[in-house]
Amino acid sequence: MSASGITRRSFAAGSALLALGGAPRAQGFAGLDERADGFARVVPGRKFSFPADHGPHPEFRIEWWYVTANLRDAAGNAYGAQWTLFRQALQPGTALEGWATQQVWMAHAAVTRADTHRATETYARGGVGQAGVEAAPFRAWIDAWQMRALDGFDANTIAPLELTASTVEFSYTLKLSADRPLVLQGDAGFSRKSEREQASYYYSQPFFKVAGDLTIDEKPVAVTGLAWMDREWSSQPLAKDQSGWDWFALHFDGGEKLMLYRMRQTDEKHYASGNWISPDGKATPLATTEITMTPKATTEIAGRRIPTSWHVAIPRLNLAIDCTPLNPRSWMGTSFAYWEGPISFAGSHRGVGYLELTGY
Amino acid sequence: MKRALWTLATLLSHWRRHPMQLATLLIGLISATALWSGVQALNQQARISYDRAAAMFGGARTATLVAKDGNAFPQSLFVDLRRAGWPVSPVVEGRIQIGGRSFRLLGIEPMTLPGEVGNAPTVARGEFSAFITPPGQMLAAPETLSDLKLAQGARPQANNGLQLPPLRAQESLIPDILVVDIGIAQQVLNMPDQLTRLLVGKTKGQRAPLEKVTGDRLRLVEPDASTELERLTDSFHLNLTAFGLLSFFVGLFIVNSAVGLAFEQRLPMLRTLRSCGVSARMLNCVLVAEQVAFALAAGLAGLICGYFIAAALLPDVAASLRGLYGASIPGQLALKGEWWLAGIAISIIGALGASAASLIKAARLPVLASAQPQAWQQAQKRWLKLQGAAAVLVFAIAACLLWFGDSLLAGFALLAALMLGAALALPPVLERALALGERGADKPLARWFWADSRQQLSGLSLALMALLLALAVNVGVATMVESFSRTFLIWLDGRLASDVYVGAKDDRQANEIKAWLRERNEVQAILPSGRADVQLAGQPVEIFGIVDHATYRDHWPLLEASPNAWVRLRPGDTAFASEQLARRLKLSVGDRIEVPAPGGPWPLEIIGIYADYGNPKGQLTVNYAALTRHFPGIPQTRFGLRVEPSQISALISATREKFALDDRSIGDQAAVKAESKRIFNRTFAVTTALNAFTLGVAGIALLTSLLTLANSRLPQLAPLWAIGVTRQRLAAVELLKTMSVALITALLALPLGLLVAWCLLAVVNVKAFGWRLPFQLFPLQLAQLVGVAMLAAFCAAVLPVLRLARMQPANLIRIFANER
Repeated sequence: MSASGITRRSFAAGSALLALGGAPRAQGFAGLDERADGFARVVPGRKFSFPADHGPHPEFRIEWWYVTANLRDAAGNAYGAQWTLFRQALQPGTALEGWATQQVWMAHAAVTRADTHRATETYARGGVGQAGVEAAPFRAWIDAWQMRALDGFDANTIAPLELTASTVEFSYTLKLSADRPLVLQGDAGFSRKSEREQASYYYSQPFFKVAGDLTIDEKPVAVTGLAWMDREWSSQPLAKDQSGWDWFALHFDGGEKLMLYRMRQTDEKHYASGNWISPDGKATPLATTEITMTPKATTEIAGRRIPTSWHVAIPRLNLAIDCTPLNPRSWMGTSFAYWEGPISFAGSHRGVGYLELTGY
Repeated sequence: MKRALWTLATLLSHWRRHPMQLATLLIGLISATALWSGVQALNQQARISYDRAAAMFGGARTATLVAKDGNAFPQSLFVDLRRAGWPVSPVVEGRIQIGGRSFRLLGIEPMTLPGEVGNAPTVARGEFSAFITPPGQMLAAPETLSDLKLAQGARPQANNGLQLPPLRAQESLIPDILVVDIGIAQQVLNMPDQLTRLLVGKTKGQRAPLEKVTGDRLRLVEPDASTELERLTDSFHLNLTAFGLLSFFVGLFIVNSAVGLAFEQRLPMLRTLRSCGVSARMLNCVLVAEQVAFALAAGLAGLICGYFIAAALLPDVAASLRGLYGASIPGQLALKGEWWLAGIAISIIGALGASAASLIKAARLPVLASAQPQAWQQAQKRWLKLQGAAAVLVFAIAACLLWFGDSLLAGFALLAALMLGAALALPPVLERALALGERGADKPLARWFWADSRQQLSGLSLALMALLLALAVNVGVATMVESFSRTFLIWLDGRLASDVYVGAKDDRQANEIKAWLRERNEVQAILPSGRADVQLAGQPVEIFGIVDHATYRDHWPLLEASPNAWVRLRPGDTAFASEQLARRLKLSVGDRIEVPAPGGPWPLEIIGIYADYGNPKGQLTVNYAALTRHFPGIPQTRFGLRVEPSQISALISATREKFALDDRSIGDQAAVKAESKRIFNRTFAVTTALNAFTLGVAGIALLTSLLTLANSRLPQLAPLWAIGVTRQRLAAVELLKTMSVALITALLALPLGLLVAWCLLAVVNVKAFGWRLPFQLFPLQLAQLVGVAMLAAFCAAVLPVLRLARMQPANLIRIFANER
C-alpha cells in the first residue's frame, strides 16, 4: 500500500552510490531498476525482530537510516535538520572482509532555516570501520557523523538516540526520544512499490521528540521539535517507468502523523498512496483514489522547476491543507540532486513536516 | 590591389636572381624557429610530465600525514582520524617487480580520495566498482603497457608469484607507476592493514588535534607550492631555454645579414618603384608582407624540423632528467596546438625584428638621392664607437648582476649579459686588432690585406658575433661538463667506498648476517651506517651515521675541515655538514647547531664540510654509535663491506643464498658505480647535442655572410686583379683573411668561454643545486674547439673562394664597365 515510500530514499541512496559506477542511466534513477540477481529478495510475511533489524542487512542491495527533524529555537524561529546514511552492496555474494568488502556507504546531512539551506555528503567503504551500523548497542556512523543509542535505549522504540553531524558550515547534536512503538509500513513491514514485484522492507518511528543544539555559520542555537525516522532495505525497489516522486512526512498539531507520496510515472498515471497514523500509533492505509495532491507554486533551482507549494486533500479524513516550504530553496546539491526540506501546513489541520521532491 | 601585386612581383624578382640569398634567408629563419621550438617542445613535454607526477596521489601538492619514523603505520589510525573529522585518504606504496622490471605500486582508496588530488577523480570515476571489487584493476600509463608488451585486461604476475589485477591503460599516469585499490596493494605488498601515508583533503571542518587522535605517531607534511621536482629541474630547463634562445638569435643574425644585403642590393629597384609612383606606404606594406610570407613558410618548415630535433633529443632529455633527479618523463612527444602557433608567431616576430632596420630605412628612403654605396663605410666608425659604448654598458650590468644577484635567474641573466656584451664588443676589438696588423704590415699587398679586412668587418661582424657566442658557449659548457665529470667521479668513489652493500630485512636478520660475515676471511671490514630524518629550519635534513674507518678517511674529500677532523668526529659531539646544507643554513667550520632528537636536542659542532652532489636534501654526517644513541629507533639494517676484490661476486651469491636476499638487499657497489657513471654520461648528452647544433648554425651564419659579401666585394677585388694579382692568389688571400678573422674571434671566444664556465660552475650551479664545482682547465679540449671553429670557418669560406678562383676574367672586367 505505502508502495513508494521506498522510492524516495532509494532515489538518493542508490543513485549517488551507483553514480560512482558510471554515467547515470536515462531511466530508473541510476540503476535502481537493475535486476537484483544474486541479492536476497523481498517477500511478504517476514517477521521483524529488534534490535537485530536496526542493524544492516548486507544480503540486500540497498538500505538506509533516514531521519528528518522539524525544530524551533526559543524565539520561535523554525529550522529543519536531515541525517541520512545509505548502504549499498556493489556485488552480491558472500560478504568479504576488510577492503575487499562489497559494502559502500554514503551519507547526507542538511540544515534549513528560512533564509538558508546547507547540505553536504560523504562516502566511505565498509570493512575497515570508517562507516557502518551495529544493532546492539545501536550505532550508525560515517566519519564523525553518528547516530547512537543513549542510556536506557529501547529497541522497540529505537530511542533515546543522539544524532550528530558536523561540517565546516554547520553542525548539530540532537537528542531523540520516543515513547511509542515503531510503525511497520505497508503490509506488516512488507512495502510493495509497484503493481509488479518491486518491494521493500520498511518501518518508521514518526514519534520522536527532539532537543539539542544546532550551529549554522558558527552561530549556535538551542532547538526543540519533532523528528521522523525511516528504515528501509531492498534489492530492487524501482520500476522501469517511474520518473520521480513527491513525498510528505507530516506531524499534525493534534499528534497524528501522515506519510503521503505521489509517484510520477512516465505514462502520466500518477499513483498516490499514504498512511494515516493516529496519536497512539494505529495505522490506516490510504488508497490512491482517496488522495489529491496538487502543486500550487514552483521554484526555479539549478535550472529546474520544482513544485514547492502543494494543496493536499483527503476527503475521507476531512482533510484539506495547503503546504508551504520553510525555505523554497532547500536544494540538496549532492551527487544526485533533489529537493528536501521542512514545510508547514494550514487549512483543515495545522502542523509541520518534511517534503521530498525527486526527479525534476 | 593590382598595383600592390605588381610591386610584390617586382620585389620578388630580386630573389629569383639571387637564389642563394633567398636560401640564406630561409635557412636563417628555419634554423632559428627549429631550434627554438624544438627546445620549447622538450620543455613543454617535461612540464606536462612533472604535472602528472605532482598530481600523482599526494605528490608534493597535497598535504600528507606520515609516520614520524618514516615507516608504515596501522590502518586503524586512518579510521580514527576520519572519525575525528579529518578528511584523510589512505595510501599504501611499495615496489613490485614484473618480469624483472621494478615498478612503484600505489594503493589508493578512490572513495575518500580528496577531489583536489590531481587526476584522482578521473581514475576513480568510470569504473569505480570494477576498480574496488575483486579482481580489481591495475591502472598503468599506456607507455608502461607497451613496455611490458601487455594488452589491456592482461593479468601480469609479480615476481613474488602473486597474480595482479587486470591492466587498464590510463593516460594521466606517469610511467613506472601502477595504481591499484588499497586492499589489493596491501595484499600484493604483503602489508596487511598497513598504510604508508594519508592524504589530507582541503575540506575544512571541525578536526580534533592530531596529537589527540594519533599520539606522536604521525606528522603533517604541508604541501609545497611548487614541487621539489620542479625546483630541481628548473635549472635544467632554464639551461635548455638559454640554448634555444641563443640558437634563435644566431639564426636571426643570419636573417638580418641576408635581409640587409638584399635591401642594399634592391635600393635602386626601390627608388625606381617610388619614381614610378608607388607610394612609400604601399612599398612598406609590400615589404612587410613579403617578410611575413617568408616567415610563415620558413616558420612551418622550422616547426617540422623543430619537431624532429625534439623527438631526436627527447630520449636524451628523458635520460638526463631521470639520471639527475629521478624525474620520469615519457619517451613519446605530445605537442599541443599552442606550440605550433607560438612557433609561427616567433618566426614572424623574429623575421620582422631582424629586418626592422632595413624596413625603417626603406620607409625613410629619399626618392631622388643618388646611390651612396660608401655611406655605410663612412658610418662605420661612429657605429663601432656606439657599439663599444653599448658593450661597456652591458658589461656594467653583468657586474651588477654578479654583485647583487641572488637567484638562479640572476645567474642566467649574468650569463646573457656577458655574452651580449662580448658580442657587442667583438667588432670594435676586431677593428683594433686588424688596425694593429695593418700598422705592422709593410708590403703593399699585406697592407691592403689588413685594410680590406677592416673594411669588410661590418658585413661580417654579425656572423662573427654568432661564431663568438657559439664558441664561447661551447667552451663554457664543455669545461663545466668536464669539471663536473671529474669531481663527480672522485666523489662517487668516496661515496661508494665499500665494495658490497647489504640491507637486511630487520635488525635481527642484520645481526645474523653480520655474525655470519665475521667468520669469513675475505671480509676485511663491516661498516654499518644509519640514517635519521629530521627537520632543520623547516627543511628536511638527513643525519647520516658512519663508523670510524680508513675507508671513509681515505675516500671522503672534505672541502673544508678543522684540524684532525676525522679523529674529532669519533666522540659524537661533532658533525660534517654537506655543502648544500652549509650554504642553506650559512654554516661554516666551527659553528654549532642543535639537531632535534627523540631524547632532546643534540648539540653538534660543525668540523668539516663535504661535497654531496646530486642530493636534494641537506645532510649531516656523524659518528654511527652517537647516531644510534640519540636516535635509538632507527633501523640498524644497513652496512657496507670491504672485501677482497677477487672474492666479491662469490661472497654476494653466498650471502644472497644463505639469507634469501633479493637484488635490492645486497649489491655490488662496483656495479652501482658503473651504472651511476653511465647515467651521468647520458646526462649531458643533450647539452653536447645542442652545442653541436649551435656551432653548426654559427657555421651557416658565417657561410651565408661570406656568400653574400662575395658578390659585393668584386669591385674591391677587380682592381687588384687588374694590376696583376692572379685570381688564385686573390682567392688565397681571401681565404687567409677569413681564416685570420675567424681565428681572432675564436681566440677571443676562449676567455669568454672560460668566463661562462666559471659563471656556470660558481654562480648558476650554486643557485641551482647548492654546490659549487671546482674550476678546472682542459687545454686539449680548448685546442680542439678552436680547431673545430677554424674548420667551420674554412668550410664556410671555401665555397666563395673557389668561385673567385675560377671566376671568368670577363666578370672581373665587367666591373670596370659598370657604373661603379
